[in-house]
Amino acid sequence: VSTSPTDYHSPNTKTVDMSSPLMYGTPSSRVEGTPRSGVGGTPARQRPDLGSIRKAPQVDLHSDADGAVASEQALGQKLVIWGTDVNVGTCKEKFQRFLQRFIDPASNEDENAGLDLNEPLYMQKLEEISVVGEPVLNVNCSHVQSFDADLYRQLISYPQEVIPTFDMAVNELFFERFPDSILEHQIQVRPYNALKTRNMRSLNPEDIDQMITISGMVIRTSQLIPEMQEAFFQCQVCAFFTRVEVDRGRIAEPAVCRNCNTIHSLALIHNRSAFSDKQMIKVQESPDDMPAGQTPHTTIVYAHNDLVDKVQPGDRINITGIYRAVPMRENPRQSNVKSVYKTHIDVIHFRKTDEKRLHGLDEDSDQKLFTEERVQILKELASKPDVYDRLSSALAPSIYEHEDIKKGILLQLFGGTRKDFSQTGRGNFRAEVNILLCGDPGTSKSQLLQYVFNLVPRGQYTSGKGSSAVGLTAYVMKDPETKQLVLQTGALVLSDNGICCIDEFDKMSDSTRSVLHEVMEQQTLSIAKAGIICQLNARTSVLAAANPVESQWNPKKTTIENIQLPHTLLSRFDLIFLMLDPQDEAYDRRLAHHLVALYYQSEEQIEEEFLDMAVLKDYIAYARTYINPRLNEEASQALIEAYVDMRKIGSGRGMVSAYPRQLESLIRLAEAHAKVRFSDKVETIDVEEAKRLHREALKQSATDPRTGFVDISILTTGMSATARKRKEEVARALKKMIQSKGKTPAMKYQQLFDDLRGQSEAAITKDMFEEALRALADEDYLTVTGKTVRLL
Amino acid sequence: MPSSHDWINKPLGVVEAMFAQSNSNPEWEAKVLEYFKGQLKEKESHSWVPSLNDVPLHYLKPNSLVKFRCLVQDMFDPEFYMGVYETVDPSTKVLRCGKYKDVTECGVDLNSRNTVTAERQTFYCVPIPGESPWAKEISFLSAARVVPSTSYVPSRQKRSYEEDDDMDTQPQKTKWSLTELQSSSPHGNGDSKRQETEAPSSQTTAPSDCSSHLDLNFPLPGERGPACLVKVYEGLDSFKLNDTLEIYGILSVNPVLTVIVYPYRDPSLLLLNPTESMETPEEQRAHDPPASLVPRLHMLYARPLQHNNPLLPSAPTEDQSAFVSSFLVEMASVRAELLAYLTHVLLGDGLAAEYLLLHLISNVYTRRDVLPLGKFTLNLSGCPLNSYTERLYQIVQQLVPCSYRLSMSLHTMNSMRLVPKKDYVANRLVSGALQLARNTSLFLDETQLEQGQLDSSGVRNITALGNLISWQKVDYDFSYHQMEFPCNINVLVTSEGRSLLPSDCQVPLQPQVTPPNMEEYLTTIHMAQFTSQINKFRVYLSLARTLDYSISDEVTKAVEDDFVDMRKDDPQSVTAEDLHRMLVVARLLSLSLGQTTLSRDGWMRAKHIDMLRRSRTEQQKSLNGNEP
Repeated sequence: VSTSPTDYHSPNTKTVDMSSPLMYGTPSSRVEGTPRSGVGGTPARQRPDLGSIRKAPQVDLHSDADGAVASEQALGQKLVIWGTDVNVGTCKEKFQRFLQRFIDPASNEDENAGLDLNEPLYMQKLEEISVVGEPVLNVNCSHVQSFDADLYRQLISYPQEVIPTFDMAVNELFFERFPDSILEHQIQVRPYNALKTRNMRSLNPEDIDQMITISGMVIRTSQLIPEMQEAFFQCQVCAFFTRVEVDRGRIAEPAVCRNCNTIHSLALIHNRSAFSDKQMIKVQESPDDMPAGQTPHTTIVYAHNDLVDKVQPGDRINITGIYRAVPMRENPRQSNVKSVYKTHIDVIHFRKTDEKRLHGLDEDSDQKLFTEERVQILKELASKPDVYDRLSSALAPSIYEHEDIKKGILLQLFGGTRKDFSQTGRGNFRAEVNILLCGDPGTSKSQLLQYVFNLVPRGQYTSGKGSSAVGLTAYVMKDPETKQLVLQTGALVLSDNGICCIDEFDKMSDSTRSVLHEVMEQQTLSIAKAGIICQLNARTSVLAAANPVESQWNPKKTTIENIQLPHTLLSRFDLIFLMLDPQDEAYDRRLAHHLVALYYQSEEQIEEEFLDMAVLKDYIAYARTYINPRLNEEASQALIEAYVDMRKIGSGRGMVSAYPRQLESLIRLAEAHAKVRFSDKVETIDVEEAKRLHREALKQSATDPRTGFVDISILTTGMSATARKRKEEVARALKKMIQSKGKTPAMKYQQLFDDLRGQSEAAITKDMFEEALRALADEDYLTVTGKTVRLL
Repeated sequence: MPSSHDWINKPLGVVEAMFAQSNSNPEWEAKVLEYFKGQLKEKESHSWVPSLNDVPLHYLKPNSLVKFRCLVQDMFDPEFYMGVYETVDPSTKVLRCGKYKDVTECGVDLNSRNTVTAERQTFYCVPIPGESPWAKEISFLSAARVVPSTSYVPSRQKRSYEEDDDMDTQPQKTKWSLTELQSSSPHGNGDSKRQETEAPSSQTTAPSDCSSHLDLNFPLPGERGPACLVKVYEGLDSFKLNDTLEIYGILSVNPVLTVIVYPYRDPSLLLLNPTESMETPEEQRAHDPPASLVPRLHMLYARPLQHNNPLLPSAPTEDQSAFVSSFLVEMASVRAELLAYLTHVLLGDGLAAEYLLLHLISNVYTRRDVLPLGKFTLNLSGCPLNSYTERLYQIVQQLVPCSYRLSMSLHTMNSMRLVPKKDYVANRLVSGALQLARNTSLFLDETQLEQGQLDSSGVRNITALGNLISWQKVDYDFSYHQMEFPCNINVLVTSEGRSLLPSDCQVPLQPQVTPPNMEEYLTTIHMAQFTSQINKFRVYLSLARTLDYSISDEVTKAVEDDFVDMRKDDPQSVTAEDLHRMLVVARLLSLSLGQTTLSRDGWMRAKHIDMLRRSRTEQQKSLNGNEP
């Protein structure tokens, strides 16, 4: 169908760069002279991403020894592209075999959704191309590697040569299968996920001209730059025209017209020259990849043709491309040139990592690469029976005791398993654990928050005092450059998949706090502002700290009364801990010992005692990425029992002590605990610990100070059951009294109050009386107008 | 004094000779470093190397070895350069070394297969921000004692001799103490005079002249001195932003380096040469400033500086430990003198003077997860108005090698940039006043604050100051995200009432004397001190900070007991925070006396002065009645 690989004697050899594979008959990569039709009449399209500014040495085939060998070999089948070990024919064959045979049953990429995983993956993609008509084939390099390691090595080492060969192979295959399909241009292969994935910092001179994948954040994009690919010259005298290809940014301007032999008669005609689109993009390494105390590096990236304008500043992306180094422009009048190269990356493939987050699953975007040894260390740690205690004591070692709180926070860091019930209409289940710390000022709550904020990669720290609803959610801003409205996201959205630490939660204004309702249960944020209506994901765990309204915690009051937060919000916290100053001597002594030790122990001693923060970080990252525990049968039973038990405790006293929300919390905590153990199954021990922790937290925060019993309704309704019961009693007594008075349509308010007080043995306050009146009014028994009470 | 110093005058010759011998064995690079390190180890040899800080640039020989005492202000992207290249002329086809050079020579064969591409990184370095005039002066003069290999110093020395008439009879020390006293006099006569005389010949004014064209990006306003682009070849990961270093390197001021930025470039050029369009004019200006203003320095050796006090041996070598042990004997007496001096300065308030002294030697010596240990932010409240704080700062400035006074007026808080911010257009980190070297004394003058409204940048600035004080960190603004940089800055807040900023310790000033003329009073106190005395104080303050410290088990036990006892009486009165503070006070108190372990007495003393201070704040509270 197409030119054979050995057909490298292309017509115009005069300016030919023999080293380039593009001359070895790769139909899809280069347009020579006129845009000629390629396979099946589909025009080929240039690939400036592969060879526009290449730094290929010009080789004189006759003087250079290597060249001579190559040209001799060229006659035989053993032809390789100069400077490489790539044989075009073999390479093409191998790739076609890969396309036809590669199957990945375990694939879970979302692009492959809807494809039959047991059929050759890329053949299905070709079929897709024939239907959709978008002539781009994305190839995952890890697939190539697992199929043919040698081919993969060639692809990484000589992308400039190998990718055009791939293009050729794909097109042959495609037009053989779908001879009738019409495409805009020939299919281009875009490899991605080169396993040599590096962060920007580790790029070094050895990577030049190789294919690399790096991740980073877009910080600036340039305007579109039209880049001339082919210059069109016309003779002013005889109107003869000629085309000259742009080679490494230069045009060899023809001096003489070939038709009429006039000298210097040719003029460049801009609007008949061929241009391609190009855009400069600056990418900065993402803050997670950097060593502390240094500034982030930036890299220049060029996007070509349809990759232009695909990314915006602020996007986090994975870039696959060819790393280039170009010597600084020479000045012909100066023999001394700067000895510095300019480097950039020609993009072949973009992959936005945060766009995927909008869709939901994000396993591979966040994927941090762990070395074998690291994984081994982590697994070893996980196999220790006391890993849970070890980790929790490694958490914020400078803060003394509060073991249960640390355990709670540890479970929060791991989080539950994400479940999707959207098909049954329930939507996503929250997997994140929310924790509220309340307690006396000066009990190092802020410090704990700071620690957590520093520990997690995507953490945010805000103070309730200083933040507005807008700062937490999102706001719309006009971009000063483009005059476009841009949605700027606030702390909650930024900490998607992370932890949002909110200090001074109680100082937050009501309106600000109200936005948290949606976030803390639905895990989304709805925005309707300046014509932008959208719902953003905010799957963030909230770790909040609140001070009591009175400067000191009042043990005679309930949690709600102490911190004055709406119960609707409180019930969304899985665990509410009190951090109180226990005020007992033994504690004081241990505290003093701990603090003094802090001041004189040397670094090494501390290292020995506690796990390294880096290990803890990796441990959490690993567990969050790879461990997705599910409940086993026993654990489910245990959970059911636990829930029933909790309901029973309350029902004995005529109140409800557990709601489905508490059950969900228990499940989340149990899952998180299983993650701590690196276990794929949630077992009974996990449930036991979840129960214990939950009970512990309840004991602290939901104890009715009047009765001493744990009463969940304090948190769910804001009022303890005993208080509610008393309210009902007063209302009943009042009603009885009114009924006993017989038929009196109207009564004086004050007199009624006095009567009730006289009758009741318990002290009745005005508040209680009014509450009772309101309750009766709700029953439509009476109405209160001013100072009189009327029966209905 | 050795007469021929080829390694100083022509270091590139040394490098090239070693390269030629090597036969492209890569080991030669390590040998070069070894050689220069060895040369610098020799006694006094580092003082023969002229310093960019002291000698104006145009007096220094290009391609000679120079040193530069600086702060790493920004780290640019790594760049690839030709480590080894082949010349293009076929008759003399030789390999040349491109290391430690900005430009290639004799034309480069770009297609040669022998080219070796190597990597290096550029740091943008500025002189240490807020370096006190006295520190500059002393380091200058001590450098001038040995004649460096520049034509400059003799003339400079001549001028300084002219200032005091008979230089031959006076020993070196008293000579510079005299000029120093002049410059430090509160009226600043000497200072301004000196600068005037210096101005025409000195390069230091050049940047300020051209500042409209070129922003040298100094952290603090009004700073001068050369900024430098340092090319770093080895150990890239060992350097951090805001490190203070003494860099030895090869000076390069090749005019080729200056990229002329045409505001309107030929668009067709841009179209055809894609490498040109990579950089915005702003970026070029920031990254390739004229070499005459921002010289390039190719680093051969860098020494991290623990302090920039020129009176102390800077390297932790043998002679330092000898110096320390000899000074330790004097410690207690110097402390007493300094305390007396500070008491006078603080209008007779001995307690406040004690706390000020402790504050001046405080230092973040370690961090436990997020908690910085050893910081001791002092809030001196009840300061008299009318320029008292300004005078106080001048006195502090005379004592510490690095300081900055931030007058917290409403206008400065709203308009000043405190937090460094990344400028993506110019691709550099625009500095802010909080980008300071370690152990810099930051003097926050809250007495300047008046009523009014803080705008959003003002609020941000106040938050940044708060973070600095509580966590000893500054969150640099990278516009898409923030990046946390730990710091180690001594913050002193002077205010009328209690400061609005957090602090570790508040001391209300209780003046014992009310001098009718404050300025005169402080001037006389200051003038009464001999320079030798002041120098002792300077050494004392820098030295006390570097001492090691430990607590024995026995004392640990005593402290614990004490804490439990205190809590027993009234749990509300003593909290964990109080214990934190008292432990810091005890530590500083011991160190200030030259004791490296906490003794029982030390603990009792710490407790005692903390009690005094607390009773004073409580008294203040009840007096005012409106404090929370």
